[in-house]
Amino acid sequence: MSARIQNMGRFLNKNAPVTFTFNGQSLGGYRGDTLASALLANDRMLLGRSFKYHRPRGLVASGAEEPNALVNMGQGAGFEPNQRSTTTELFDGLTATSQNHWPSLNFDVGVVNNYAARFLPAGFYYKTFMFPRVAWKHLFEPVVRHSAGLGKPPKERDADRYEHFYFFTDVLVVGGGIAGLQAALAAASSGAKVLLIEQTAHWGGRAPVDGAEIGGKPAEDWVAETLVTLQGMENVTIRNRTMGAGVYDHGYALGYERITDHAPDTDAPRHRLWRIRAKQIITATGAIERSLSFAGNDIPGVMLASAVRDYLVNWGVAVGQRTVVVTNNDDAYRTAIALKQAGLEVPAIIDARPLVDGNLPNQARALGIEVREGRAIAKVKGGKRVTGVDICLQDGDGGAREEIKCDCVAMSGGWSPVVHLWSHCGGKLNWVEDQAHFAPDPNRPPTGADGQGFVLTAGIASGAMDTPEVLKDAHAAGKSAAKAAGYTPKRAGPPKARPTDEALMAPVWIMPAKATPDLKAKMWLDFQNDVKVSDVQLAAREGYESVEHTKRYTTLGMATDQGKLSNINGLAVLSDALGQPIPQTGTTTFRPPYTPISMGAIAGEARGDIFQPLRRTPMHDWHVEQGAYMEPVGQWRRPYCYPRGGETHAQAVAREVNNTRNNIGLLDASTLGKIIVKGPDAGRFLDMLYTNMMSSLKPGRCRYGLMCNENGFLMDDGVVARIDGDTFLCHTTSGGAEHIHAWMEEWLQTEWWDWKVYVANVTEQFAQVAVVGPNARKLLEKLGGMDVSKEALTFMGWADGTIGGFDARVCRISFSGELSYEIAVPASQGRAFWDALHAAGAEFGAMAYGTEALHIMRAEKGFIMIGDETDGTVIPQDLGLHWAISKKKEDFLGKRAQQRSHMTDPNRWKLVGLETLDGSVLPDGAYALAEGENANGQRNMQGRVTSTYHSPTLERGIALGLVLHGPDRMGEVIEFGLIDGTTVPAKIVDPVFYDKEGEKQNV
Amino acid sequence: MSNAVSALQGVSSAGYVDVREIGLQGMITLRGDLSMAKIAKAVKAAVGVDMPARRGINLKGGKGAAWMSPDELLLMVAYEDAAATVAKLQKALGTTHSLVVNVSDARAVFTLTGARVREVVAKLSPVDMGTFPAGEIRRTRLAQVPAAFWMSGDNEITLMVFRSVAQYAFDLLKTAAAKGGEVDVF
Repeated sequence: MSARIQNMGRFLNKNAPVTFTFNGQSLGGYRGDTLASALLANDRMLLGRSFKYHRPRGLVASGAEEPNALVNMGQGAGFEPNQRSTTTELFDGLTATSQNHWPSLNFDVGVVNNYAARFLPAGFYYKTFMFPRVAWKHLFEPVVRHSAGLGKPPKERDADRYEHFYFFTDVLVVGGGIAGLQAALAAASSGAKVLLIEQTAHWGGRAPVDGAEIGGKPAEDWVAETLVTLQGMENVTIRNRTMGAGVYDHGYALGYERITDHAPDTDAPRHRLWRIRAKQIITATGAIERSLSFAGNDIPGVMLASAVRDYLVNWGVAVGQRTVVVTNNDDAYRTAIALKQAGLEVPAIIDARPLVDGNLPNQARALGIEVREGRAIAKVKGGKRVTGVDICLQDGDGGAREEIKCDCVAMSGGWSPVVHLWSHCGGKLNWVEDQAHFAPDPNRPPTGADGQGFVLTAGIASGAMDTPEVLKDAHAAGKSAAKAAGYTPKRAGPPKARPTDEALMAPVWIMPAKATPDLKAKMWLDFQNDVKVSDVQLAAREGYESVEHTKRYTTLGMATDQGKLSNINGLAVLSDALGQPIPQTGTTTFRPPYTPISMGAIAGEARGDIFQPLRRTPMHDWHVEQGAYMEPVGQWRRPYCYPRGGETHAQAVAREVNNTRNNIGLLDASTLGKIIVKGPDAGRFLDMLYTNMMSSLKPGRCRYGLMCNENGFLMDDGVVARIDGDTFLCHTTSGGAEHIHAWMEEWLQTEWWDWKVYVANVTEQFAQVAVVGPNARKLLEKLGGMDVSKEALTFMGWADGTIGGFDARVCRISFSGELSYEIAVPASQGRAFWDALHAAGAEFGAMAYGTEALHIMRAEKGFIMIGDETDGTVIPQDLGLHWAISKKKEDFLGKRAQQRSHMTDPNRWKLVGLETLDGSVLPDGAYALAEGENANGQRNMQGRVTSTYHSPTLERGIALGLVLHGPDRMGEVIEFGLIDGTTVPAKIVDPVFYDKEGEKQNV
Repeated sequence: MSNAVSALQGVSSAGYVDVREIGLQGMITLRGDLSMAKIAKAVKAAVGVDMPARRGINLKGGKGAAWMSPDELLLMVAYEDAAATVAKLQKALGTTHSLVVNVSDARAVFTLTGARVREVVAKLSPVDMGTFPAGEIRRTRLAQVPAAFWMSGDNEITLMVFRSVAQYAFDLLKTAAAKGGEVDVF
């Protein structure tokens, strides 16, 4: 059984007991525990079920590499699945539940998959995608899907807050072990600005657990002193609970700070994503111990030797009372020695090496531990907990076994440097034969814009295995980074440390070496995704040679732990099966983040009200107060309509149209783009941008214009007012203002840089109101201040003046076909002006109208709308706008494109009006049917609806659409398809439905 | 004009850094060749400061000039003086190729005050706030919108955004400055 040991546990505060619940049961622990250590202390070994076969699973590791012990954390708005119990600090009131089991952790129905394992081989999904197809729908999808999946998605909105933080530094050091501390110290002593981050709550890494001595003192003391030194340096920032998540181009790195995960009642952001720019990055990320592949290596109670040691030393937990250590290296002997010294039984150390005579093994022997050389574990016994192991010869097939009773197996297959961050941005690796691991090649680092490396590694992350080497390497890395960042490092050397004499490890990828197939089918490589040695070998037999393909075929390393334990073992097995050396097989690609980071941290502050910017006009609050139904227009919110009383939206829209046509309507048109274009070449510039002639426009006059992109497609439209000889005011669509402003700047900065033109986007300087309807002039005359008579301010004229005491620019333009004035006032006075219009207009029936009424009125007049009649593939000629395309101009943007054969094709669909014979409203986007079918067996089409409305003015459905040869087919009836398969007949008519002569606007 | 109001009418919030909309501020965009003596002279006459250096801002007595791009300045005056200053500049520049336009109503301006004011901005803008010096203006983004700011005191930053996103910017700043969010690195 697992239990707490008195007087051990250097991380624990035994004066601070903590209560938590797991699967509803209340358990105790201490501050300083992780959820994992506290569960072990309560003899909770079985923590979850595996992904595919639902096998019982317990803890394997003690840190970020843990594949099994993922839990559901919290409840309700604080619920989060797949939390790694080894990196979850215990706090009072923590609630966790196990996941991936049904109906209970102890009795799980999905475990039948385990017995059906031979029906779920490697590549199961790929194979069944191919054949039989029908089985997916009826068998695999409902049955297999049900048993797959890890954790449950949260159901409630996350109650926590998150944020980003931009930080710039000379040197970023990732990892707070002795290497990271020394590297930071060496870099900082040059004066360079240093940020040191550590993913756990503790500094010093493994060195204190492993009994290292630095400067004649225990590592723990050196760590504490060095930390104090660093904290005292102005140029150093240190952050624990902050993981280096990823390294990206140009010295960009992400740090993932978990601020309140260990103290959720704190009024602080839960996570903070550090967005770091560093001149140099040092990864002092340590190493991860590898598992060994023997049958039953996934049974709860089989754990990494380092983890067994960590739980003992750091958290005072004995994982078992009788622990068998199985290893191919000397380091695991530290675990045996530590256990023995703590008074626990170690019946044997199973060492795969034929001859073991190193310092550490002999210390173990001296403590009375039996060392079994050249031996292997043939099989682990037990179901939900280890009960014993069968041992055999390593160089055999698993026969001639001998049983040793135990309740814990501590395994060590050697150590692999954590090369993830080094590799994220392209750092290359070398295979190191005598350690059987990949280590960073310092000659092939990730390179920056200058072609020089910007990432260095330090300590075990470099492949330096012993303490003196680690410190020397880290010190050199710190100095190099400071130098590369432009500082002069101090001459002092690294501190002295006691060396440890370790014998060479022996690579062991399968245990025993000639294991039979039934044993290999129980040797787990990837614990979380249930990938076994036999699966990788099957993939190789089926022709998978690339490690990337094998990964996807078998799902090796694709789980949430991203194969931190399994990758090297997996590719070694693959190499063996392919009969090629490991470096030739290579590794899969390392991608950020190092371990999963929360979605909340990625989103940062962008949620709720500030998920996205919402642009508000000066009259926005009025619209909201009136109960307007708002719709998004770009990032603006605009009133769609203003329902009154119990009106439906359709009723409100109809009222607004009728009132505008008969009395007076007021539209908040502030969102309309307004761009000032000024300079001696302004006219020439606008002639290039618009399809029609703008240079000939007279001051005081307005002209409607079209803008196309280089491909000839219609992009924006609007009215241009000439202010004076050099100055134009260009109105753009509401959604297009920023784009058109950027478009103008691009042409001026990159192509026509010698033209004398300046532009300024003044969209937000003005509030703009369209005063529309037969009573519009009466209202303005009542407010008074300037002459807006038919004679003084003619149609398509503009004038500056005052209206009701407001400084105003008045354009007499109409998008509705009514008598209409568009009036711009300073934005700060927009609301006051709007209120004044309503107050003075009441007697004339003034009423606000929204965007839908605007759309209907323009459609009744056959005016196009960018985004309805255009979709990026429509040219002005399609819309019958030839009159707005200059034939005199030598050039304009889009002209050449519009002369290409496809653009001049007479079969391009053209704009027409459409009237259903029964007066109904055509569905938006409906297609007009033609005879026959195309090559794909689809019905041929001859047109489509671009805008469609119920016209309150005409009391019938009207639509605009693009139809093959449309303008030549006036009066013809064509059929439009409906979603239910029926059709509706509509007559092709002139697109101007209302007041064709334009009498209403010209009064 | 008496009925002119700023976007948020002086709203404020108290967090570990205080955020306040300062109300109406006169602002003028001037585009032209900033190396021309004529333009420097007109600027000095209009707002009383020298031509700012690249990324620089020169302020004196509530007036000043900020460098916005190689051919653009932002001039600051009292709100009610903006129109007259535009006219004065246009007259002084005459036929010199330039564009002078009143943008006083197009923006919202906030002050952020507190000992940790720099880190509040560093949560929202990709700027090295650890070294951001007085006398500089930075045009950048504030989360998802364009913004510009400068150190207007030891513990004060003045920040401006477009008027339509004033509420968004205020909500952002308020969130970033909420108590408990202290980073404590600058």
